[in-house]
Amino acid sequence: MNAVGLPSTFFTAPPEWRWLIIGYFFIGGLAGGCYVLAVLIDFFGRVVDRPLARLGYLIAFPAVVISGLLLIIDLRRPARFWHMMLQSNTGLPMFKTYSPMSLGSWALLIFGALTLLSFLAALESMGALRWPRLAMFRPPHVVGRVVAILGGLFAFFIAGYTGVLLAVTNRPIWSDTPLLGLNFLISAASTSAALMVLLAQRRWYWRSTVVALERFDAMVLVFELIAIIALIASLGSVARLWLSAWGALLVVGVIIVGILIPLALQWRPRLIGETWSAAIAAILVLVGGFLFRVVVVLSSEGVRRFG
Amino acid sequence: MSEPMGFFTDTTVCIGCKACEVACKEWNQLPATNGGVNTLSGDSYDNTRHLDGLHWRHVKFVEQFNADRTDGRWLLMSDVCKHCVRAGCMEVCPTGAIIRTEFDTVVIQSDVCNGCRDCIAACPFGVIGINPVSNVAQKCTLCYDRMRTGLEPACSKACPTDSINFGTIADLKKMAEARVGQLHERGEKRAYLYGADEKMLGGLNSFFLLVDKPEVYGLPPDPKLPSRHLTPGSLWSTLGAIVIGLMGLFSFRDRGAAAADALEEERDERRRTA
Repeated sequence: MNAVGLPSTFFTAPPEWRWLIIGYFFIGGLAGGCYVLAVLIDFFGRVVDRPLARLGYLIAFPAVVISGLLLIIDLRRPARFWHMMLQSNTGLPMFKTYSPMSLGSWALLIFGALTLLSFLAALESMGALRWPRLAMFRPPHVVGRVVAILGGLFAFFIAGYTGVLLAVTNRPIWSDTPLLGLNFLISAASTSAALMVLLAQRRWYWRSTVVALERFDAMVLVFELIAIIALIASLGSVARLWLSAWGALLVVGVIIVGILIPLALQWRPRLIGETWSAAIAAILVLVGGFLFRVVVVLSSEGVRRFG
Repeated sequence: MSEPMGFFTDTTVCIGCKACEVACKEWNQLPATNGGVNTLSGDSYDNTRHLDGLHWRHVKFVEQFNADRTDGRWLLMSDVCKHCVRAGCMEVCPTGAIIRTEFDTVVIQSDVCNGCRDCIAACPFGVIGINPVSNVAQKCTLCYDRMRTGLEPACSKACPTDSINFGTIADLKKMAEARVGQLHERGEKRAYLYGADEKMLGGLNSFFLLVDKPEVYGLPPDPKLPSRHLTPGSLWSTLGAIVIGLMGLFSFRDRGAAAADALEEERDERRRTA
């Protein structure tokens, strides 16, 4: 292969971020997205919408715990995970404002603490924990409002920083566009709404709340489609890497299965019967969101260094 | 801080003996085989193939032959970490394991690194790799331990043709410019320096004299810092967060009279079915 004319990113080595990292990107996105949705519902919804917000809090905390575990297991020296937070030789905090991984480590820790408070409050509100004071960690209590606002901001960060982390490298595709953070954030929102719609197919969630969530997901899916097209355009000549099985997976798995079919099911629920339409659309959105991360991560990992 | 130190590698006098590779492995106690396995490339005299956590020096064999192999040449280059003045690996390292030494070189502290591998993706030259023995990211230290005691790095000490030159950056630049001038005088007009000036990542403390395009040697033509996307990537994400926040607000806010009616109907239905 003639290397002359290749972009500089093709002379770098892959970091071997694979399934554990893909899993983190997906589950971390769900944690952030579900928390954001829960906060939005708590602040702007009606009282009858609150059970759905509770569902968001109940998803977010376990998802953060799983995310942290995936990240730690992926380290080549997992026992040194704390080196992300503390300088191992001085014990002072280790924090770099210009390293997305450093920022992300701290954000995950703080977000984890906030989701725990919201999780406990959610358990209390459904009667699983009998400690009334826990209700203060959820709106409308003033402490709960502070927790929710801070948690919501960190949730947005967790949902999007992973794409920025990939962009702040020198690998093909990842560092050939500044739009990965945007795309990951939108995908986190769409998959989170889909997961909540899927889990809210039970009797005790108000139908109108779930319909609002479905409508939100449809809007986000349109936004996601536009963002993916912008992502491909922003890659320029590097987009040729997706003239491959990865590109086919992106078009079929992410765009058609994960976006267009769910939108069609939203638009015409009777296509496959109204009973199952929303649930199937939600499952497809989740599959598409996962495949999007698979395509982004593995298509770059598959580019071996030249030279 | 002592004066910045580094390497000037004159590829035109490299004979591909690999003494530098062997000396590096011996001094740094790097295993000769990968997990006890000898891997042969099968299509080249170069079986090392690239720099990584076990190979901190690599003699590249650039074999340029025509289709019937009646004409050709070998370009040989002893590659190594560039010890960039503005180092991408240092930028992204979340543990502070990668430091700049008093010699202006870049060193990974093995006892601090936790193997996150962000530096591998960030290095514009594909220099860093995980050492499967220590399970941390490793690369050339420019023999920091030898320099501390006034010794020359093992690779340049072992180089029999002075292709690898070690010294202060100021002295090396003078030497390199003189060598380029000499080659130009002798008719080798293609000779030029790669990474000697500050335009490339603030300057490479390991720079090279090449006689073909960088890509031919497996070097990036325009290496950049990973942080170039930090601000634009963050701004685009923030914009996305605002749009999604507004979508959520419009979806879940008081959904008007129609929604209220729907809610009332739903309540009635629940009462009926309860």
